[in-house]
Amino acid sequence: MLNTEIVIVGGGPAGLSAALKASQLGAEVTLVDRNDYLGGQLIKQTHRFFGSKQQRASERGIDIARQLASEVKNCEKIKIMTEATALGYYEDGVLLVQQHNKIIPLKPQRLIIATGGAEKSLLFPNNDLPGVYGAGAVQTLVNVYGVKPGNKVLMVGAGNIGVIVSYQLLQAGIEVVGIIEAAPRIGAYWVHAAKVVRAGVPIYTRYTIKRAIGEKEVTGATIVQLDDNWQPIPGTEKDVATDVICLAVGLTPLTELLWQAGCKMVYVPQLGGHVPLRNENLETSVPGIYVAGDVAGIEEASAAMMEGALAGLNAAASLDYSSENLASDRQNIMDQLTGLRSGPVGEKIRQGLTQVIF
Amino acid sequence: MLAQNGIPTPEDIAEVLPPAERLAKGPVAIAECFQNIPCDPCYHSCKQGAIKEFTDINQRPQIDFDKCNGCGSCMSRCPGLAIFVVDATFSEQEALVKIPYEFLPIPQVGETVTAINRAGQAVGEARVVKVQNSKVQDRTAVVWLAVAKDLMMEVRHFKTKEVR
Repeated sequence: MLNTEIVIVGGGPAGLSAALKASQLGAEVTLVDRNDYLGGQLIKQTHRFFGSKQQRASERGIDIARQLASEVKNCEKIKIMTEATALGYYEDGVLLVQQHNKIIPLKPQRLIIATGGAEKSLLFPNNDLPGVYGAGAVQTLVNVYGVKPGNKVLMVGAGNIGVIVSYQLLQAGIEVVGIIEAAPRIGAYWVHAAKVVRAGVPIYTRYTIKRAIGEKEVTGATIVQLDDNWQPIPGTEKDVATDVICLAVGLTPLTELLWQAGCKMVYVPQLGGHVPLRNENLETSVPGIYVAGDVAGIEEASAAMMEGALAGLNAAASLDYSSENLASDRQNIMDQLTGLRSGPVGEKIRQGLTQVIF
Repeated sequence: MLAQNGIPTPEDIAEVLPPAERLAKGPVAIAECFQNIPCDPCYHSCKQGAIKEFTDINQRPQIDFDKCNGCGSCMSRCPGLAIFVVDATFSEQEALVKIPYEFLPIPQVGETVTAINRAGQAVGEARVVKVQNSKVQDRTAVVWLAVAKDLMMEVRHFKTKEVR
């Protein structure tokens, strides 16, 4: 049994920021991630980030990942466990981790869950054909492994992920035949949308995919227009030739550990699904368990980093670690988060958050 | 319109263009940023103090066209690649349009490329006058295109003839 002060599950933007802040206050941290690298989804995000200077705006996700990971690796107070899967959290406060075919029990005084989100899928005939991918998989193939998923891509979903991944596919020299979006409006930032449209990718709002075409693999897709009630309009079907159908239809929080730990959960569509109730310190209904990042509600990487920092500070502070600047640091992060969420595009998040704070 | 198809309308564009008198004086930045999103690197990038300070991070950039000298430092800091510089005084027949560019191959000076508008359509040809791609720009090159004067508010992208 490994007794440790703070265990963080998830080495993405939230988990890394949490580890850094907690260790800066003096706490001993164990960071657990199932991948063989740190950085989470950041390692495939080649585009520049939005946000403010303090949140590393205009820097690229890949560079932020590299920098955060190297800071964490250079920190003596942080023990890193990669290729380590958190299997479960039990009543006696033990977190079981599987690493290299060994089961390792950890007994943390504080636990920060920063497991992120999982991609949603879409139901349509033939969606099991090879060539139907989630956007995350396409991004991993192209930006991490340098592998083309195919030659012609139909993107489903015009949120930030669908539009950004389309842009990255173009950068990799892959044709994107179009982006379809069931909603009447583009969900992505319009500057991103404008960027792919002028590079030759049409965006069709109020369109969905009816079926994938193909015998052994995707050779095309039938798309169809939707009416005001999101119902297909008969006769508007169009066949599109494509060998990749890429689904970018949203994320949902990856909450299994929280359910198992008995955290009170609530269904909040604006945050992507079931999320834990938490107080202003990001502590859940189970004392000592904190959350940060997409597992607490689907947002952007900048918000995840801020939340991670806050959870790290608060978890360490609850173990009586402190610094001269603790109060102002905490306030500064909270102000930045408020700023990030303050505009019209943050409205959904604000609505969601009112339902989860206790 | 933008929210439906990603293409700004002529009205959207008219709202952010510098006045004709200013265009007649030389290069100037145009921020084609039409949405209130939490983002402010353009303000921090401008050494001329031409981009007004954001009192709220969700504000859209406001350029003081008299202070802007068209240097283009803001162009490669904008995560949306939404800032362009136009120089209407380049020559009798041609104007210069500076375009942020993140595709390969990066064109060569002197090369002729296909000029593309905001809807992704080819609208003519353009000549590459200069390519800025320094370390500071961090992989967002700025390509200077000479285009026919009547196209200077149309051309916002280009395609090279050679595709890798």
